[in-house]
Amino acid sequence: MFQARDYVRPSTLEEAYQLCQKRRNVVIGGMMWLKMENASKQSIIDLSALGLDQIEEKEEEFQIGCMATLRMLETHEGLNREFDGIFRECTRHIVGVQFRNGATVGGSVYGRFGFSDILTCLLALDAEVELYKGGRMKLSEFAAKPLSVNDRDILVRLYVKKDGRRASYHTMRQTKTDFPVLAVCVAETKESWQVSVGARPQRAKAVELKKEEGISAAELAAKAAGCFTYGTNLRATADYRAYLAEVIIRRLMEKQMENRASQEESR
Amino acid sequence: MKIQFQLNGKYVQPEIEADMLLLDLVRELGCASVKRGCETANCGLCTVLMDGKPVLSCSVLAARADGHSVTTMEGLQEEAEEAGRFLAEEGGEQCGFCSPGFLMNVLAMERELKHPDEEAIKEYLAGNLCRCSGYMSQLRAVKKYLERKGA
Amino acid sequence: MSGKNWNGPVKGREEELAYNQKVYEAHEKKYVGAPVIKKDAMALVTGKPVYTDDLAPKDCLVVKVLRSPHAHAIVREIETATAEKVPGIECILTWKDVPRNRFTMAGQTYPEPSPYDRLILDQRVRFVGDAVAIVAGGTEKAVDQAMRLIRVKYQVLDAILDFHKAKDSQILVHPEPDWKSLIPVGADNSRNLCACGVEQDGDVDEVLKGCAHVVEQTYHVKANQQAMMETFRAYSYLDTYGRLNVVASTQIPFHARRILAQALDIPKSKVRVVKPRIGGGFGAKQTVVAEVYPAIVTWMTGKPARIVYSRYESQIASSPRHEMEVKVRLGSDENGILQAIDVYTLSNTGAYGEHGPTTVGLSGHKSIPLYRTPKAFRFSYDVVYTNVMSAGAYRGYGATQGIFAVESAVNELADKLHMDPAALRLKNMVREGDVMPAYYGETALSCALDRCMKRAADMIGWKDKYPYRDMGNGKVRGVGVAMAMQGSSISSIDVGSVSMKVNDDGFYTLMVGCSDMGTGCDTVLAQIAADCMDCSYEDIVVYGTDTDISPYDSGSYASSTTYLTGMAVVKTCEKLREKILDKAAEYLECSRDELEFDGRRVYQVGGSKEISLKDIGNQVMCNNCDALSASESHSSPTSPPPFMVGMAEVEIDKETGELELIDYVAAVDCGTVVNPNLARVQTEGGLAQGIGMALYEDVNYSRTGRFMENSLMQYKIPTRQDVGNIRVEFEPSYEPNGPFGAKSIGEIVINTPSPAIASAVRHAVGVTVRELPITPEKICRGMHPENF
Repeated sequence: MFQARDYVRPSTLEEAYQLCQKRRNVVIGGMMWLKMENASKQSIIDLSALGLDQIEEKEEEFQIGCMATLRMLETHEGLNREFDGIFRECTRHIVGVQFRNGATVGGSVYGRFGFSDILTCLLALDAEVELYKGGRMKLSEFAAKPLSVNDRDILVRLYVKKDGRRASYHTMRQTKTDFPVLAVCVAETKESWQVSVGARPQRAKAVELKKEEGISAAELAAKAAGCFTYGTNLRATADYRAYLAEVIIRRLMEKQMENRASQEESR
Repeated sequence: MKIQFQLNGKYVQPEIEADMLLLDLVRELGCASVKRGCETANCGLCTVLMDGKPVLSCSVLAARADGHSVTTMEGLQEEAEEAGRFLAEEGGEQCGFCSPGFLMNVLAMERELKHPDEEAIKEYLAGNLCRCSGYMSQLRAVKKYLERKGA
Repeated sequence: MSGKNWNGPVKGREEELAYNQKVYEAHEKKYVGAPVIKKDAMALVTGKPVYTDDLAPKDCLVVKVLRSPHAHAIVREIETATAEKVPGIECILTWKDVPRNRFTMAGQTYPEPSPYDRLILDQRVRFVGDAVAIVAGGTEKAVDQAMRLIRVKYQVLDAILDFHKAKDSQILVHPEPDWKSLIPVGADNSRNLCACGVEQDGDVDEVLKGCAHVVEQTYHVKANQQAMMETFRAYSYLDTYGRLNVVASTQIPFHARRILAQALDIPKSKVRVVKPRIGGGFGAKQTVVAEVYPAIVTWMTGKPARIVYSRYESQIASSPRHEMEVKVRLGSDENGILQAIDVYTLSNTGAYGEHGPTTVGLSGHKSIPLYRTPKAFRFSYDVVYTNVMSAGAYRGYGATQGIFAVESAVNELADKLHMDPAALRLKNMVREGDVMPAYYGETALSCALDRCMKRAADMIGWKDKYPYRDMGNGKVRGVGVAMAMQGSSISSIDVGSVSMKVNDDGFYTLMVGCSDMGTGCDTVLAQIAADCMDCSYEDIVVYGTDTDISPYDSGSYASSTTYLTGMAVVKTCEKLREKILDKAAEYLECSRDELEFDGRRVYQVGGSKEISLKDIGNQVMCNNCDALSASESHSSPTSPPPFMVGMAEVEIDKETGELELIDYVAAVDCGTVVNPNLARVQTEGGLAQGIGMALYEDVNYSRTGRFMENSLMQYKIPTRQDVGNIRVEFEPSYEPNGPFGAKSIGEIVINTPSPAIASAVRHAVGVTVRELPITPEKICRGMHPENF
């Protein structure tokens, strides 16, 4: 059971940061996962008074406040228009609407959970995170860092560039709202493919594959799937995940190649 | 600590502990319709509306209700009765333990989605588990409710 | 009236009355057969406080159970002094503090077939989650803190976690000398046997030798959880007379009274059990899982106490389905006529024997009799103790496991013969009028199984879809079929009783001892009563269940209530009608033979005298020596089986093994359908549970005996997106021994999905899954063994 003695809702990030320097204190996002932990804390730091629950569309990028909910990602017109609906696709299977009205983007990303759909999606888009003290850095760099009690910075925003990349997302799940057996996001720029695979069941990672003439989707997929390690949990074995990764990556690539072909045709 | 919020249209000022969950607070305040079916945010039985949006009260800190408005089925008796009658006419409430959370989300869906098709209904309500009904009677009831006269 | 009136009356009564009147009129002015609204529906859908924890007094002590982290251990030392110092702690009980009376938590008629192998707290703990101490205090926080401060020294013992190795193991789960089996079920604690036995007719081995085709396979069903939305819970207090009152979410108030008295070693007269509304049971609450803990706290402290199981506790320390491995040998001649069925069931009862000796019986008794043709059958079984959570009763009660095995084997036989499995069944299935040797020699007086098969085939379009269709997009669809039967009450054991009285103005009170757990039996019994008394359904007030007031009823389990308690209603109403006529004769001063009762009035046939029921009701409240009430019990020498056919259509991704359930159809013969809405929803709900069991709900233990699927996050019951389209139709027969021709419906409905879906998968992609659940990975590995 999660326990805490005090609840604080800071009015500035600096105040939140100062509070956060104590190991016994904890920043909360939606509390969805945190409240299931068996932890005893001094103070809960609630960022909900800092206006960070917004998704803003700028000319060059989207700025997603850490307190924006998963439901906001799911229903955000700009994000879904720009990235072929993958924000809807990567969120709509997560538990239920009520859950997604509570769970926050910051919580999902900061927690770096092995099962995270959000991390899988954002990694393929080469998103960046903004930390209060640490400033902006690549999400891939942030996601690769182990969770540490010494890491007391605050995740403030995420940035997703509008760089024209096309993307698609697919998960395999047993029941429709369960954790994924495997989550895959494939994005594509002119020069390369970005493939991220999550729920392996380890934390999502992305790889980049340069485009070359004459390589089939199947060959690319095999290469991409081979870049990851896979594990076994209650939902599937490592072998099955490895097999599945290759199939899903290939299908997503094929789908994008087809889309591209039909778009070029219609032009 | 003391917080103030609107519960079913009335201002309340309860004294709470920092780690108290909204579910336990609203039950303490007399809203017994709000149930707990799990501890893992999976069942949807504890659904309440916070500023009009459906949330899991098992995962919301009571302290976060401060300054907001919270609605439980106790505050939506007429709506519950109207929507609930469609469920009752299908025999779909069965044990009834999940009915309040389910109907709260149906009411939220009605406000949020315009003319949802069957798939959209199922997706919106997927976070509301029911072990008795097999969901078919709930779907029949929801469709009839959304198509009712005057809707 | 304002919608904000929190404690106002249940609204919508007028609309409800109008609806009930409409369906009554539409059904030729009969309530039996009309889809009336459940008596409690409007209270439930408007969220009224009617469940156990809604009713518990605010000053109840919070009771929690400290649980064993070891699968098998002896509690050597237990230090509670520090924990007792936590402010607010009322008491901490250990094995030293509880009565030494062994008992069973199984809610069964005395003498119970389940062995007496429990204490409230035992020095030996037998599974991860077994009770070690009971902690009671003023607040949950205090109790949690105290739990953390209790120091236990365990002597950890070797555990039996593989049920194949339990029988005659060196490790004994119940070595204690006071272990006791009350009736001969083949139990032997020195061999880890909770039960064993064999039944046969003819020489199975000989007949199988002569068969043209034999299928021999083993099927494995896991210990699925009922996962009703309301977890186990109860509260208790002492009343004015110092009696222990227990309000519990239970299916078995009367058994609970007996069990509590025995566990606490107090007279039964000192215990009262009340059942309010229940948030689902499905058999889970046919075992006294949680009641003993607050009860002993109240009895020892004199204070009200309450326990509410977390979902975690409900998953790890409750009463799930018995894991069974069922070996089937099936033989037929060249034309697919079945010659012999041989079933051996190994059942895992876990740490305690609740329902162990009885569930196993149904794995044979409810599967083998589906077929009329075999010349010989054998059914043998062992039920073993192991160091996992105790099993209990779950809808289907062993039939589910046996039917998965036998129906799967029949499907495999059909495929072997290249024969349509529906056609093969039509050649072999039990028919109305058949004597069923494997079903205690009972005769199937009502059976529409053949019509069910044809109806289900029409519903799904079997002719066009069998066996599979390649959809041309990497996906293939297959169909599969299965049949099922169950019983209606436990023959010559279960008792259903009601009492009914006429009140002023002539309304009736119907007191029942069965347990409506959301199934709607209060409603169904009122419908039967209304037709028997020729009155309005609204004139029947149903009250249940309270062991001080309700007439004795064994409880709501074994598919008994509509059939058995329904018949008790019929008999009681007959009696009450007689009494009403007697009273009228007295008041009208004429012979009873001249009088008839039409529900509203008693009148003289061919004469002018009459008196209304209202007047009789009011008049008996003055100067009267005979209570205008009646009470009857009913037991049934037979247990007439309901029958059904289920058919599944699945779509499988040929590359990944991903499975989508497209369609599930069922045609059900439950005899007369008393309330079509409630029967339909029972069926849809049972099918959805069956689908969950077939496809999603897995059960795994760690190497140290920890149950892994210990939450609804890990134990995945289906959501509304996971059950496909479920369609149900009825093919009623008429059961001469049932009320208005009714049989049961509650349990049978969970039995067909597993075998039907398994066969659909086999037809689609040629992969046979014999261990549930049927996951995409299992299918994929079967399709592409070269990749793994």
